[in-house]
Formats: sequence, C-alpha cells, structure tokens
Amino acid sequence: MELKRIVKFEAERDPAFARWITQNPGGERIRHCLQCGLCSASCPLSLWMDYTPRRLMHLSREGFKEEVLSSYTIWLCTSCYACAVECPKGIKVTDLMYALKARAIQEHFYPKRFAIPELAREFSRMILGWGRITESRLVMRVFFKTGLMRLIGFSYLGLRLLRTGRMRWAREKVSRQTEIIGLLQDVAATRKELAR
Amino acid sequence: MKYTYYPGCSLKGTGRAYEESLLAVFHALEVELEELDDWNCCGATTYMSYDEVQSYALAARNLSLAKKTGRDLMAPCAACYLGLHKTQNYVRDYPWIGHIVEHALTAIGYSTDLSVRIRHPLDILLNDVGLPAIKAKVVHSLNGLEVATYYGCQLVRPYALFDNQREPTSMDRLLAACGATIVDYPLKTQCCAGSQKGTLPEVGLDRIQRLLAGALRVGAETIATVCPLCQFNLEAFQEQASNAHQFDLPVLYFTQLLAVAFGIPLKQAGLQRSFVSIEPVLAHREIAYV
Repeated sequence: MELKRIVKFEAERDPAFARWITQNPGGERIRHCLQCGLCSASCPLSLWMDYTPRRLMHLSREGFKEEVLSSYTIWLCTSCYACAVECPKGIKVTDLMYALKARAIQEHFYPKRFAIPELAREFSRMILGWGRITESRLVMRVFFKTGLMRLIGFSYLGLRLLRTGRMRWAREKVSRQTEIIGLLQDVAATRKELAR
Repeated sequence: MKYTYYPGCSLKGTGRAYEESLLAVFHALEVELEELDDWNCCGATTYMSYDEVQSYALAARNLSLAKKTGRDLMAPCAACYLGLHKTQNYVRDYPWIGHIVEHALTAIGYSTDLSVRIRHPLDILLNDVGLPAIKAKVVHSLNGLEVATYYGCQLVRPYALFDNQREPTSMDRLLAACGATIVDYPLKTQCCAGSQKGTLPEVGLDRIQRLLAGALRVGAETIATVCPLCQFNLEAFQEQASNAHQFDLPVLYFTQLLAVAFGIPLKQAGLQRSFVSIEPVLAHREIAYV
C-alpha cells in the first residue's frame, strides 16, 4: 500500500496548467463549469475512471497537473462526444480530453508499454510514412511496442480475418506522400512561429 | 446523381464489406460514385490524441481535393464523417487553427477553399434518392426481420446534420421501407468502446457485452451498423463476450441489408466476410436471397 498525501497546498498547484487548459479549443468556458455532473452521467466509460469527467474538469481548471495527466480517465475516453453534447455550459469536454492526452504523451505521463499512447504514436508514424493506415500493420506495430505475448490471444481472430479477406497485408498509401510530409512539417513550423 | 466518394482506411481493410455493399447498392440505384483522387487518412480519433492541429491539416487536404471536384463528398465511415466536419468547423471558428491549416495547404500548393458539402450515405439515400425510389428497388422484402439499428457515437455527435442527435431514425426509416421491423434499442447511440477492445480489453469487452445483451433483450435478430469499428467490435468478439448470454447475432452494415432487399447476390455485398452468417435468420424469416 502506498501512502500518499491527498490534500494539496495552494503552492503545489500549477497555475500555468490551469491557464493552459482554458486556452485549448473547447476549454474557453471551463471556468463556467457548474460541476453538475452531466458529463459523468452521460459517459459510458466513467464507471472505470479514477476521476470522473466532472472531477477531472475541476482538477484541470484548478491546476492539479500531476493528478490530471497521470489519471486513467484521459485514456479511457473513447471520444464519443456525449459529454460535449450534454454540457449545459458549452464546454467541449471531449476536445479537452484530446488536449490532455496529447500533453501526457509529450510529457511522458504514462506507464511504459501502455498500449493507448503507443497506438497514437504508431498511428502518426504510419501517416507520416504512407498517408494512410493499413490496419493489419498498425496492429502488429503496436503489439511489438507493447508486448508480443498479447499477440497469441489475437492469433485466432487474425486467422478468421484472413480467411474472410478482412486482413490485408498490402500497404495502403497515397501516391503523393511528399504532400503529406510537407503539410505536417508546415503545421509544425507555423506553430513554432506563433509560439514565439 | 454523382458524388465524390471518400472511403477512408477501414473500408479498404476490416470494413471491406461496407465498401462492397455500398458500391453495389448505389450502383443498383444508379447513383454514380467517383473515388476521391489520392485521398489520405482523415486523422481519426487516434491522430487527434497525438496532435489535433496536424489532424485538421490532414483532413483539410481531403476537403481541398474534394472541393475541386465540384460535387458533394460522401464519407461512409463515422470517424471520417466526424473528422471532416470537425475540421471545417474548427478552421472557421478558431482563427489560429485556420491560419496554420491554410498556411500548410498553401505550402503544398492546395486551395484553401474547404467548403465542400460532406454527406453520409444515409443522408444521401433518404434526402437525395428518397424512400419511394428505394422502395421501388425492393425485390425481396425483409419480411418483418427484427433489426436493432445501432448508430454508435460519431455519426450524430457532436454534429447531427440530417438526423436527431438523441433519437436518430434515418436508418430506421430506410430499413423499414425495405420491410424490416425496427426494435426499440435504447443503446442505439452508445459508444462501442472504439479501439479499447485492443488496448484495455476488459473495458472494451464489458461494453460489447452490454450492447449485445441489450439488443437480445429487445428481441433483435440482427444489428445494423453505420461504422466499421462498431461492426467489428460487435461481431468479432461475440464468442469472447458470451457469458450468461450466448451471442450468435449477425451484425451487418445497413447497406448489406439493403443489398439483400434489392436482390443483390450476398457475395457482391460482402456477406461472405461475416463471422456470424445472416443466412439462418434470412431462412427463418423466409427472406429470399441469392
């Protein structure tokens, strides 16, 4: 059992993080959050979460960066947009979950070999390389990153997919890949310029 | 009638049957489709967790290409449909996103006009083709087949452009016109857990079990879907999901049921790719098929 102090001192909060969350698209109105809980009630995954969406919104706007970025909640969000649709204050909770996931990936706030961020990374690499996703290859790459043992459990499914022609090894790709690379590089460059 | 067709990655892989049945049905209705030239991945939910603005730029390349065709853009995959719409909205609503995306498009020599109209096949079938024309094509009525229409999340959330957000009925109306009985399925817009069956298996399986049990409880003989990931989740893990319930429920794309009603051979509609065959149900309902 790990002993942990739950209550934080004012000085331990991260006001820059609290500001950052309001600057994300969809987070402009997070300070209007009533804590009504419609997000948590409409979320089909909230019953698995360490912090429900309602609590996560509150922790975020109060600057509890560590708790938020290391929570299971952000990875459990499947982006079904129920919370964003139901929120009476127009807070786009789903978009904030995306922003939090991206930040957690950048700052390495997740356990090694955790499949969800690895999937996101491999997905982005495949786009940079080929412009399209070949599902079979993506799944294989994630297995390589997160533990090959899990592959055994999936071999039967893989076989059935092969038999029904639903698993194709042939690579899906765009023909003008230089455009994809140019596009993504330009986004990165402009963003850097804006940040300056 | 002619549309530009944006298949997306899944319709070339696990969702092949969706593409096959969609093309067959549109062909039968004499609606022309032309695949978007050199389309790329829409970004989907996965790229959005990695870098949102880059995912908007990826979707924008498709929109720019599609705008040039001068026709509406049809996106059958729910994730693509959402990703393309979201991009249009965010490029417009957030000037800094618009600036970055338009700068990137210009850098690769693309037009920044992204105003193409994005349509889902359900929207096109109901509002452009129309129910009378669809009814006229029905040669094998679905004979009261009890269908749970499962819309999943991203078709109606957050943007519901041609249907009711909380109680969508477009697929219901379409399949009822082919003779199906639509059961009242309260979970019709609940999430299928997306890719979590792969990443957090116990969570994914729990959702799949609940969705399947819910469909059985209301007497569904089959589930009709509009999304390749929903279809895959609900079909491929039925054996694993079987607990108190034994699941043996065909899960089809709505276009496959239309194909059956139109008398299109099962193989042309990708029905041989199912893990759970629809044939026993069709035989039980005395629905003819080839």
